[in-house]
Amino acid sequence: MQNYELMVIFTPVLSDDDFKAAQKKYAALVTDNGGEIVHNNPWGLKSLAYPIAKKTTGIYWVMEYKAPTNFNEKLKTQLLRDEAVMRHMFTVLDKYAVEYNAKKRSGVSSVTEKAEA
Amino acid sequence: MAKNEIKYLTAIKQEKRAKKYCRFKKMGIHYIDYKDADFLKKFLNEQGKLLPRRLSGNSLKYQRKVSAAVKKARQMAILPYVTDLLK
Repeated sequence: MQNYELMVIFTPVLSDDDFKAAQKKYAALVTDNGGEIVHNNPWGLKSLAYPIAKKTTGIYWVMEYKAPTNFNEKLKTQLLRDEAVMRHMFTVLDKYAVEYNAKKRSGVSSVTEKAEA
Repeated sequence: MAKNEIKYLTAIKQEKRAKKYCRFKKMGIHYIDYKDADFLKKFLNEQGKLLPRRLSGNSLKYQRKVSAAVKKARQMAILPYVTDLLK
């Protein structure tokens, strides 16, 4: 069971309940295949640093989950098939990353602020 | 002895440049988050290009982690590939 983080950019024209439905759909896909959601973090509408598919804004969604190693392929085919998804990215989280995310969620003063020196 | 050569009693102390250090080793940071745009911007120049190690002062291991994180952020449109006056 590896720790993964999935970040998805949906098209901005997506309505709010479609956005929630999409989140539920992919979260259900993870739990069905023996995975487990650690954290679901929708950022919502954000402006993009450069236009993607002629759109300058997108709806960001970040999900952190545990899943068996062969699961991501299934998720990828679903994401590619979905038109609402403009771009997605999987990231494998090592133990430092998991600890970093946990610390960031629990509101401890972010490590990066300390690195202002 | 050249007439105009000025002799100082004590040698002029050249301003010693502060020793560069790797902020990740010093602060004990192990993971660089690609979602944290304003922290990554410290390692980019005006045009959004990655700063070399001699300017950012990072050690090799962490410079590679920073570049991987910046490239991920660029892929997910959190950071631009090229821009002007990024700061």
